[in-house]
Amino acid sequence: MTDIQNQTNKAGWPTNGANKILAKRHRTERNFRRLGLTAILIAMALLATLLVSIVGKGYSAFIQTTITLDINFEQEILDPKDTRSPETLKAASYGSVIRNALRTEFPEVKSRIELRRLFGLISKGAVQELRNAVLANPKLIGTTRVFELTASDDVDMFIKGYISRDVVEQDRRIKNNEIVWIDRLQNQNAIQTRFNTRFFTGGDSREPEVAGILGAMVGSLYTLFITFIISFPIGVMSAIYLEEFAPKNKLTDVIEVNINNLAAVPSIVFGLLGVALFLNVAHLPRSAPLVGGLTLALMTLPTIIIAARASIRAVPGSIRNAALGLGASKQQAVFHHVLPLSLPGILTGTIIGLSQALGETAPLLMIGMVAFIVDIPGGVTDPATVLPVQIFLWADSPERAFVEKTSGAIMVLLSFLVFMNAAAVLLRKKFEQRW
Amino acid sequence: MEPIISAKNVSVYYGKKQALKGVNLDIPENQITALIGPSGCGKSTFLRCLNRMNDTIEGCRVEGDIIVDGKDIYDPQIDEVYLRARVGMVFQKPNPFPKSIYDNVAYAPRIHGLARNKDELDNMVLASLEKAGLLAEVQDRLHEIGTSLSGGQQQRLCIARALAAQPDIILMDEPCSALDPIATAKVEELIEELRASYTIIIVTHSMQQAARISQQTAFFHLGEIVEVGKTEQVFTSPQDSRTQGYITGRFG
Repeated sequence: MTDIQNQTNKAGWPTNGANKILAKRHRTERNFRRLGLTAILIAMALLATLLVSIVGKGYSAFIQTTITLDINFEQEILDPKDTRSPETLKAASYGSVIRNALRTEFPEVKSRIELRRLFGLISKGAVQELRNAVLANPKLIGTTRVFELTASDDVDMFIKGYISRDVVEQDRRIKNNEIVWIDRLQNQNAIQTRFNTRFFTGGDSREPEVAGILGAMVGSLYTLFITFIISFPIGVMSAIYLEEFAPKNKLTDVIEVNINNLAAVPSIVFGLLGVALFLNVAHLPRSAPLVGGLTLALMTLPTIIIAARASIRAVPGSIRNAALGLGASKQQAVFHHVLPLSLPGILTGTIIGLSQALGETAPLLMIGMVAFIVDIPGGVTDPATVLPVQIFLWADSPERAFVEKTSGAIMVLLSFLVFMNAAAVLLRKKFEQRW
Repeated sequence: MEPIISAKNVSVYYGKKQALKGVNLDIPENQITALIGPSGCGKSTFLRCLNRMNDTIEGCRVEGDIIVDGKDIYDPQIDEVYLRARVGMVFQKPNPFPKSIYDNVAYAPRIHGLARNKDELDNMVLASLEKAGLLAEVQDRLHEIGTSLSGGQQQRLCIARALAAQPDIILMDEPCSALDPIATAKVEELIEELRASYTIIIVTHSMQQAARISQQTAFFHLGEIVEVGKTEQVFTSPQDSRTQGYITGRFG
């Protein structure tokens, strides 16, 4: 009795005894808030570390070193018979032209070993650059022009400062004589750094300086397109049927449990299923976005079904009743009212499912999308690779220059993901209805 | 006079639970019939039998005959969609579609193909809003979203929407329970006006409301009709002691 009397006086205001409890309650509340804040700060710090490290390593992937040379498009080398036919121009030895230009630039270099090093300053991809220029404008033949050529990956790394002059020569990819040449070129302002357009317009390559990500981006787009057109209609239809039309019985319970389980199945298992089903049984082309998309559709389907069911269930029953009470058929009630109202949620779920699919690697390795593919795929049956697999391939490459490419590709993939998630948020905002 | 609705020995089961036990009720045309009784007595269940809305509830089974306008509505040949167009329904909570006021009212004419062109549809929408006493208030904002109206206006919009389907019978499931007294008075006034052209069956928890607007009252208790008769008679001289107890507020 006395305890109770101690805690409250007549008016019900807390007395000393109760104040202690109150103070304790305030304290735990403050502590809980601090813990929450700490958790968020830790998460943000980790995210910032990730971003800083990727951007720090990867920003230089968007920069390309070039070497400017006086190129003499000699008639004798390129088109000795003066035909100007595209076949001749395509097959001509542009390498000799470049080598001649380097010889004129550095007349003192004579020995074969040194010459090979000298020629190594220019990327092997530069041949392609000259060929394209001549094919576009055959009048170049017979003239001498100043030309910017892509530097080799080692020069690129040296200019970007990833190769230090202080390292002992035998441990250094750029030798002392090369440094002398590079310094001389730099003094002549012949070495420039440019925005690396090739990174966004080219396919993969063994040469890091000419390797681009467009092939993987196009492959990813085709793959996602297949995933979307397969998984979205099937997923939404299944969700509508299960939520609105299917009787609630043992069978639908089993189906529901299985869908939830499927969503948790490791993606590599879906990859194996894709191999068994689409490659071994259906004999679809290996390494193609078609098969990749179908496999990822299997994986995305449960996500879409679960999200769509949740947002269909969130539509108030009163809306269904209103439509049915006016004499709408069940199907009309669903398609006129329930579906439009649940669409924002369904779209959000679909985009989240698709961005999962965009970042998925393991199942695509199983169906052979890990191959080295230089060409940009022209359709869903062409061999292709996708962004995350491209990252995997580059991360696995020994050349130093692929490190920045890897981070660059990660940045591209992340910006795709951010873009898709932002689209999900915007769609939800735009179509959200009040009631 | 032949009743427009005649329920004979109607029993309803939700799964194994019996919600209605052999209910018999005749409902005369162009009158307001009030269904009263404590919560869970089966009055809403009975109401939902009259336009087969119970069909939409999983595990619900209806036995007995319900004759509407000479036809057994549980006959397999009767299309419940057509039935619901003839027997409109207004729900407890105002539930306008989250669309424009115009589209709310135009929905039933559109799905039933009642209007041949845009002008006819416009006229139907305006006439229905007029009948529901809402036209003056929303005339200038027909294309605003229906859910932007106040609660009472929303409920009258729902009534207008039901009227646009051109029903003969309107079922109302506690239409005023979510409204304030002023909105309630307006809806009650509207219901009384509608009696001239429609047969109305209303479930209500308010004794006063039943007494004010209805001509016939049925008192439900534990899934049975305890007493049914002219409203005046039920409220002034109830035959059954349970009715007496309920209307005087001693139980329920």
